Amino acid sequence: MDADLIDKLMHLAALRLEARERELLKDNLLKIVQLIDTMQSADTEGVEPLDHPLDGVQSLRPDRVTETVDRDRFQQDAPEVRDGLYLVPRVVE
Amino acid sequence: MSAGQFATIADIRTALRSKTTSAEELAREHLNRIARSELNSFVTVSEDDALATAREADRQIARQGQSGLLGIPIAHKDVFCTAGVRTTCASRMLAEFVPPYDATVVTKLRDAGAIMLGKTNMDEFAMGSSNENSHFGPVSNPWDATRVPGGSSGGSAAAVAAGLVPAATATDTGGSIRQPAALCGISGLKPTYGRVSRYGMVAFASSLDQGGPMARTAHDLRLLLHHMEGHDPLDSTSADVGPTPRGAGGTGLRIGIPREYGRDLDARLAATVDEAAAVFEGLGHERQDVSLPHTAYATAAYYVVASAEASTNLSRYDGVRYGHRAESPADLDDLYARSRSEGFGAEVKRRILTGTYALSIGYYDAYYRKAQRLRRLVRQDFLDAFATVDLILAPSTPSTAFEKGALLAPDETKDPTVMYEQDIYTVPASLAGLPALSIPCGNVGGLPVGMQLIAPHFGEDRLLGLAESFQRETDWHERTPPP
Repeated sequence: MDADLIDKLMHLAALRLEARERELLKDNLLKIVQLIDTMQSADTEGVEPLDHPLDGVQSLRPDRVTETVDRDRFQQDAPEVRDGLYLVPRVVE
Repeated sequence: MSAGQFATIADIRTALRSKTTSAEELAREHLNRIARSELNSFVTVSEDDALATAREADRQIARQGQSGLLGIPIAHKDVFCTAGVRTTCASRMLAEFVPPYDATVVTKLRDAGAIMLGKTNMDEFAMGSSNENSHFGPVSNPWDATRVPGGSSGGSAAAVAAGLVPAATATDTGGSIRQPAALCGISGLKPTYGRVSRYGMVAFASSLDQGGPMARTAHDLRLLLHHMEGHDPLDSTSADVGPTPRGAGGTGLRIGIPREYGRDLDARLAATVDEAAAVFEGLGHERQDVSLPHTAYATAAYYVVASAEASTNLSRYDGVRYGHRAESPADLDDLYARSRSEGFGAEVKRRILTGTYALSIGYYDAYYRKAQRLRRLVRQDFLDAFATVDLILAPSTPSTAFEKGALLAPDETKDPTVMYEQDIYTVPASLAGLPALSIPCGNVGGLPVGMQLIAPHFGEDRLLGLAESFQRETDWHERTPPP
């Protein structure tokens, strides 16, 4: 759990932390990795990974229009919109 | 006065039917209790909506009598979306979020006539075992305000235990219904994965999350489940099975006691679970030792799977479409990173980063796939055990309610995995997708103790039947916190 790995994880997760928070988090993650590393002593050779607890398959519904998107209503929760569009900082100069 | 502070749903139904109280009177009484309470178990109280709905319930009762949950006051964990009522997940990220739609569970309970009084406090995004990870502050345990109620459904558990509501909804990913139910001395059911719709339940770990009821008795849990369950076309993982039957529970059942669950358990708690097993023997059931050999790996596998799914699910919070947005972002990356860093609390960040680690190139097979393989082995342990026993009896928690701050320091300097070990007895059934409940079975040092019953997939009928028979023989579920 070195500084480079922490940087990489924070980048992948789109998080940014202050120096102190980062140090604490590094210590925390070390403990968590110690815990999850206990898995390595288990023999799982030839065991199929389990994605769904009931081995269920996702059911499909009929391909019919059942509801429509109420954009105005949905955008009431958006921090910044204009003319029905979500606003973000400029990405193309 | 109506049905009493610690009335069950069954008691309240009787009172409504005999017209000794009204839905409006009940709603007012419970809202008053919530207003006077210092537990911090509610994030939002929806008084006006509640009173209007209660008056409508009274008109319906006058026309056609009381049925179902008509007129029964309840609360929803603040993880269930409620149209027009803010749904925060106890996170700064969603502190102002007002959903445009209702969760299926919310719709179903309203259709059954229940009156929602408000939304209960919880660990942020349902991540935690003490309700100390809430943007709205910790919840107190009604049995001792210096102690935690458990988590993540700590607000729902404390509210039911204190008589603020007779029932509440909750969710369980690795024990978030059973553990707080045990620590607060109430009854809580985690149904089989897929039994209750996840539509509108803010996602934490989608292959584990399951909604369920909390109440004072197993009898009430059955009634609530009846109105919450059912296939939902809006949730593609919802199980297409019929409703839970109303059986007698059965006699002469074989009850398995897992050998691996005794370790790390306080001897006084072990004694209460042992006494519960003796009660079942007295009822004509048979006690049998079983082995669940992969139990020791369950917590590690759970934290990998749950964190991996959480890191994916929580990637939707980008500060653009809804949720917290950082002030004056310099560019798009700054907007994402600062909105997320300001919006999420420490435990949520830990889980996101743990999950990101487990899913990243070079670690995916060693962690995520390894955890999924162990998940299959943990499930197979249960399937093998259920070849020889009908149900499993286990402790719900390794200890009674612990002091606030004991496992989580405000400055985050404590080892987070000590808190994770609180779920040691509940995560195995979660990984296996099995139905499990916790009901009170004793009291140690003035604090309630819970026991856990685990059944085969879709075995809720027998699970509830056995819990009902236990509650006919004992009065642990009738004990109430000191005033």
